[in-house]
Amino acid sequence: MLHIVNKSPLERPSLDTVLQAGADGAILLIEDGVYAATRGNAVEDRLKKAMGTLKVYALGPDLDARGVADRLTEGVTVVGYDGFVDLVAEYKTNQSWL
Amino acid sequence: MILSILVNEGPYTHQASDSAYQFAAAALAKGHEIFRVFFYHDGVNNGTRLTTPPQDDRNIVSRWSKLGEEHKLDLVVCVAAAQRRGIVDEGEARRNGKDATNLAPGFRISGLGQLIEAGIQSDRTVTFGD
Repeated sequence: MLHIVNKSPLERPSLDTVLQAGADGAILLIEDGVYAATRGNAVEDRLKKAMGTLKVYALGPDLDARGVADRLTEGVTVVGYDGFVDLVAEYKTNQSWL
Repeated sequence: MILSILVNEGPYTHQASDSAYQFAAAALAKGHEIFRVFFYHDGVNNGTRLTTPPQDDRNIVSRWSKLGEEHKLDLVVCVAAAQRRGIVDEGEARRNGKDATNLAPGFRISGLGQLIEAGIQSDRTVTFGD
């Protein structure tokens, strides 16, 4: 499943919920969710640990809009909106954790 | 692939309307078909033609109308959510005794069954919200 997270880990527990649920597949961080993909943030360790079972993607335009594209956590793949569409097509199911 | 999109957040709130639009535009550019865009909860506010953002700002409502016209999109506003928030077409104005309409071009008002049908008819449904 593709898990779409659109809020900062400092604002909502949605990313933690995905990680704790032992989800597999992929996480796509969009909107304020991209803060979770930056070096030194509060969930960095947990996100890195999850990379064993989950692929982690972050939306490039939203990283750029927040000026954090140069602080990307290692192992996170940056995609554009076309990559977002490809991920939705690749995974049979998707869930926006609102 | 056939896609549908659910928008649960109003325009100019956070980013869901913008994300949904960019996703829709990217999907169409890649040759996917969009079966329906369903506007629910505060998302129905994407369908009022009376919004007047500053000229140097994006016009989220007319942007949807334009994309809808270009690609013959089915832009559906939930009737119950619309009634609560004052989104009115001619039929609703007549039915509820209102003196004006404000539904933007290319949108139509219908029921929640349209969202269920979109889920059935589409290969993927993607939700954008707050």
